[in-house]
Amino acid sequence: MTDISKAPTPSALSALRSIAILRESWIGMIGTGLILFWVFVALFAPLLAPHDPLAILQPFAKPGTFHVKSGTTLWLGTDNLGRDILSRVIWGARTVLIYAPLATVCAYAVGIIMGLAAGYHRGWWDTVLSRIGDIILSFPVLVLYIIVIATFGASGFNIVIAITFASAPGIMRIVRGLALDLRNRDYVAASQTRGETSFYIMVVEILPNARGPLIVDACVRLGYVIITIGVLGFLGLGLPPPKPDWGGMVNEARGMAMIFPHMTIIPCVAISSLVLGFNLLADGLREVSLRD
Amino acid sequence: MLIFIAKRFSFMVITMAAVSILLFVVLEFSPGSVATKVLGQFATDEQKNIWLEQHGYFDPLWQRYFVWAGNFLTGELGESHRFKVPVGEILWPRLWNTAVLGFWTFAFLIPFSLVLGVLAGMREGSKLDRTISIISVLTTSIPEFASAVFLSALFVFGLNWLPGTSGMISGFDFKQLIMPVLVLFLYDFGYVARMTRASMAEVMTTPYIRTAVLKGLPYRQVIMKHALRNALIAPFTVIMLQLNWLLSGVIVVEFFFAYKGFGALLLEASLNQDIFVIEACAMVAVFVAVATQTIADIGYTFLNPRIRFS
Repeated sequence: MTDISKAPTPSALSALRSIAILRESWIGMIGTGLILFWVFVALFAPLLAPHDPLAILQPFAKPGTFHVKSGTTLWLGTDNLGRDILSRVIWGARTVLIYAPLATVCAYAVGIIMGLAAGYHRGWWDTVLSRIGDIILSFPVLVLYIIVIATFGASGFNIVIAITFASAPGIMRIVRGLALDLRNRDYVAASQTRGETSFYIMVVEILPNARGPLIVDACVRLGYVIITIGVLGFLGLGLPPPKPDWGGMVNEARGMAMIFPHMTIIPCVAISSLVLGFNLLADGLREVSLRD
Repeated sequence: MLIFIAKRFSFMVITMAAVSILLFVVLEFSPGSVATKVLGQFATDEQKNIWLEQHGYFDPLWQRYFVWAGNFLTGELGESHRFKVPVGEILWPRLWNTAVLGFWTFAFLIPFSLVLGVLAGMREGSKLDRTISIISVLTTSIPEFASAVFLSALFVFGLNWLPGTSGMISGFDFKQLIMPVLVLFLYDFGYVARMTRASMAEVMTTPYIRTAVLKGLPYRQVIMKHALRNALIAPFTVIMLQLNWLLSGVIVVEFFFAYKGFGALLLEASLNQDIFVIEACAMVAVFVAVATQTIADIGYTFLNPRIRFS
């Protein structure tokens, strides 16, 4: 019955340990709780949502209105078109938790490759990549998003591309700095002597040792990406309308905020709590990593 | 020093060239729709083609770019398709409005975040530190449009204290400025306060502070005379860089409160592919970014004599 291959490998163990260490920081625990809550909501959206997010029930219902036709209570009310806000917030969690991590991962992939190339190879690679990065970074990011998305049209794919383009240089700077420090370590010299390829050294020797600061940065950045996706939705440049999207919900209901404040407040609470979760987790991780 | 400024200036010129070329290329991708946006949905193809030809859109891209770049160098920014006036006529007043907004935001942001950051960093781990840290995480986690929604629900619709829009239609009204300033302040205050806190906390662990405490100086004097001078170097740089952030930060706030500023102009121009306005706004953005960075670097060497340009 006992299968040795099923036993946790050392790296899995250390990953578990680092999660367990987070228990010591209550800030990190609250953050993790908030994130897990929204991940749970996003995963089980079809089961949790009482209505179809696009179904039109009864326009302008205040929170707690009883909907006679379906025999349910609309706990968070409906929007101007009569769609259930609770269901839209639940499905909106799915939207944001698909696009935000996807965009962040893409930005990291590009940023890490650029940063490793610049920091490990130095020379003209470094000069060219750093200059390109400086140019992109000296330009206000949101302006960049707006121009790119207003021109190419609003779609999930374009949002991911725009975020990758604007965030990769910042990630490159961090990775480059870490790589510059790590490339002089003995284990790098050892694998150079062994005759490993520079690709192997960058990915197997340098990258794993740079992970600590990158993980903290990724949490903060994920929070910013969620804000960005929300802002783009709010400016009317997010995902095309019928799809439930928190920023877009605020945009659609903005004109009615005076009489029906619930339409705008509820999605705002949702997005703020999710971003807060990532920021608190980043704080917790930083606190724990400083302790060792 | 002069070499440093010359280097920065050439970087600015290169960046402006790169950004302006990139924008021309990006905006090239949908040439037909520019005419649609100007003439309306129901314009015929023929009308669109006439408009495009009149505005030189059939010339090759590089030719149009050089015409624009030549005009730009002589201070001629072109004419806005959207507003039907020369770009300068609309850009400068808008920029002034944003400067007013930015001035008041910083007038509150700087003292508040510095004082709170210093108080938090003075005794790391104290109750006050924890409270300030948590407040600053909370405020930076709330996107600007969300805090605009929360604050207007409270002050505009709930208490009826403040106006909900800041269009300034009947002249300048300070009351209309309060909400946008408050939103910008709330979003940015946490970041600056955290940076100040980190800088202060680091200074408090240095040997010279320990010496000052051990030789029996009053605590107030240790903080005021020894700690603050070094702790405020890093926040200075951070605050300068926030000027750059403000240019994109105002987009959401100006859109929300219908404030007629730079951000709202840029948003409207982008949505309507008003190329000359976009280009002019982008050049302003690059200029502000490089200028603030340069001032931050020069100021840093004055504040910190250990660093000198080589």
